[in-house]
Amino acid sequence: MIRLWPRREPPGPLDYGRRAWLRLTLLATFVFLYAPIVTLVAFSFNDSRRNIVWRGFTWKYYERALENDGLITAFANSLTIALVSTLVSTVLGAMVAVLLWRFRFRLKTVYEGAMSLPIVIPEICMGVAMLAFFARVQWPSGLAWPLNLGAITIAHVSFSFPFVAVVVRARLASFNRDLEEAARDLGASEWQVFRDILIPHMRPGLVAGALLAFTLSLDDFVITFFTSGPDTVTFPVKVYSMVRFSVTPEVNAASTVLIVITIALTTVALMLQSRGEAKGG
Amino acid sequence: MDDLSANRRVGWVLGLPPTAWLLVFFLVPLGLIWVLSFGEKRGIVDIAITWTFDNYQRALDPLYLQIFAKSFWFAGITTAVCLLVAFPIALAITFATPRWKPILLLLTILPFWTNLLIRTYALIAVLRTRGYVNFTLEWLWEKADALLVLVGLGHLQLLGERFEPVELLYNNFAVVFGLVYVHLPFMVLPLYAALDRLDRSYIEASLDLGASQFRTFASVVVPLALPGIVSGVIITFIPALGSFLTPDLLGGTDSQMIANVIERQFKSANDWPFGAALSFLLMYITFFALALRAMASRGRSAMEAA
Repeated sequence: MIRLWPRREPPGPLDYGRRAWLRLTLLATFVFLYAPIVTLVAFSFNDSRRNIVWRGFTWKYYERALENDGLITAFANSLTIALVSTLVSTVLGAMVAVLLWRFRFRLKTVYEGAMSLPIVIPEICMGVAMLAFFARVQWPSGLAWPLNLGAITIAHVSFSFPFVAVVVRARLASFNRDLEEAARDLGASEWQVFRDILIPHMRPGLVAGALLAFTLSLDDFVITFFTSGPDTVTFPVKVYSMVRFSVTPEVNAASTVLIVITIALTTVALMLQSRGEAKGG
Repeated sequence: MDDLSANRRVGWVLGLPPTAWLLVFFLVPLGLIWVLSFGEKRGIVDIAITWTFDNYQRALDPLYLQIFAKSFWFAGITTAVCLLVAFPIALAITFATPRWKPILLLLTILPFWTNLLIRTYALIAVLRTRGYVNFTLEWLWEKADALLVLVGLGHLQLLGERFEPVELLYNNFAVVFGLVYVHLPFMVLPLYAALDRLDRSYIEASLDLGASQFRTFASVVVPLALPGIVSGVIITFIPALGSFLTPDLLGGTDSQMIANVIERQFKSANDWPFGAALSFLLMYITFFALALRAMASRGRSAMEAA
């Protein structure tokens, strides 16, 4: 007998994924997680200030966000800070990664613990510490752009480079040290080994770490909130001050731009990482 | 691995810049806060370090103890709700088909990449009195009212004269809702990692021997996944306890958490020594929780070795 439809087997005892109540829970959770963000993005294109009823598609709020000088300045500040902090934290993070991967030394556990502190301590504590520090050393304020962003950039490097170190160190774990030995036997200097053997192997980790640092910097609100001044507003800080006043389509538009940038960057980072894993080994 | 003493030059070159950075731009600021927490406010900007414990004593004041208790309570409920919701999710991901697994994992992680501030803002738009939830409720109310009129009960006004929007924002509910919304992925991932490692033949054996699904879950799956549960609970609890943005934007005047009090001491109240003491208390709690987690994972490796 030929069946037109394969008979659906009842779920087996371990087929939890096919149980109706689990599927419903999954669906409900993802709706809970995504509905707010999706509506936020959708209503940034809505031709109505009331933000509730759909009145047709428009780019109006993006244009208005573009005309908002404060928003654009904040965005330029954020990008500048993110670029500089990414460069510095990638270099510093890679150094830590190589150091911890290659050497054993006394009190290494303590050193590793100190390095992971910026990752684990509450953001608010780091924020107030930075505020107190820059006030105490009387960090010059009112410098010309982009030098006035120095304090924020320094704070961003401090919380980013330990993350870069973690990512790069994970990549180094797959390095075959025989390559290094071979290069050394063939007369390569310490620097040549580093430049020609180690760095090429680290590259996917470096790129992934750099993109992580970039998103961390672009996204940070709490720590920046404590280090920014009236002239040094970043994009999240600006959005925060807008959000405090009201829910407007302009804020939706600005938020959508930030969401798109972060998701694009992280996707690239993940793709690079998985490609690196597939290639190296 | 090489010994550092055998290659000091490379060690210096690699180690000096990041170590100096960590020291100057992280440990020194943290130390400064620690010192400040033993200081006394003398003027608008003057702080004298007198090594007094007054700031810590003030934190024990019922007013602040209550805020600590509230923060623990919020973080605790958040963690419990996350655990309840995340367990079925993690279970579903673990037993999903190979095609669906990466998609479900990606869907779980994706909200992580969206800015925390924007996710919180999105919740405001959903929960406010003129938000989507109330809008839906109003629509339902109108339909139900029309139905009552249709069946001839309209004059009784059973549902009230007008639709009253539900106050969902600027209260404790909104804070916990927001905290769950933000921290759910923190719980799903460690649970998934633990469940994925779990040897399925134990579950099969339990089911074959006649235990019900529930019994199997309670006496096989949960004990085996316990390290993952502990890890997830702590990973969710720590950031939830130190949350600043969620209570700040979604909470009302009586739903402030520790981080909001700290912020106020450093900004509007301008009492840095007290804010510093509160920061360090929050940090000590964090370290304590992390130590618990380290102990739990050490216990697990000891168990596996035995």
